[in-house]
Amino acid sequence: MIAGISIYEILTVTSILFFIGIYGFITRKNLISVLISIELILNASVINFVVINKYLYPDMLQGVVFSIFIIAVAAAETALAVSIIINLYRQISSVEVKDTEVMKY
Amino acid sequence: MEKYIFYILSFIIIAFAVASVSSRKMLRSVIYLLFVLCGIAGIYFLIDYNFLAAIQLTVYAGGIIVLIIFSVLLVHHIEMELEMAKVSRKILTGFLCLLGLGVFLYTIYNNDFNVIENDITTSTADIGTKLLSYDAGGFILPFEVVSVLLLAAMIGAIVIAKGRKLTDKNEEAL
Repeated sequence: MIAGISIYEILTVTSILFFIGIYGFITRKNLISVLISIELILNASVINFVVINKYLYPDMLQGVVFSIFIIAVAAAETALAVSIIINLYRQISSVEVKDTEVMKY
Repeated sequence: MEKYIFYILSFIIIAFAVASVSSRKMLRSVIYLLFVLCGIAGIYFLIDYNFLAAIQLTVYAGGIIVLIIFSVLLVHHIEMELEMAKVSRKILTGFLCLLGLGVFLYTIYNNDFNVIENDITTSTADIGTKLLSYDAGGFILPFEVVSVLLLAAMIGAIVIAKGRKLTDKNEEAL
């Protein structure tokens, strides 16, 4: 536990981070920027898992283990998204969301 | 002391997250994301999960950021300014996000968390034992599934990024 910090303050920070991610997800027009926003959202949820594990159930490890799995899935997702973006750029020479009409293999 | 470190870290996280979603230069936006991830690793260090902080630094800051930077450099001119959404749409989205944040915070502050004061340190060995345990509550099955998932993602990424060349033969046949 962080001395002098209640769980409310940490959850406030992660909620703000989550909604910054959603804001970016909606307003950005570029596929890579959308990917960055997704990373923000995932990170906010991972902190929530860890903090709730530490503050409410300190003798268990489920939160930590699940955050490790989330990080692994996020890494896989980013690798696939980057490869899709690069392939798309080769075919239509653009990574803007509005140009992305064909995603068929 | 830890209190002030937490405030500084959360200020860094939020400020750089805002910069990351509002910067018009692509590469800068990625670097701001790197600062956010490092701040989050700092929070993990603060709440005594050193292993998780190390994972955060290696996988996110070391792997994902480098991957995104590579893709930015492959598909963009560095000096290119990004197209931005319309101002009215930005305001509407910002307003909706604030509304959602209000609902979240209202729920959080009205919930009575049953916080247990503790000073338990988790060692890496505990996490490893938990991950590889066959007993009830062990995580050996998801651990193996994640390894298969990573393999599938690796092969999929290679096949997708290769793209065109795989279809050339078919086009000649047509």
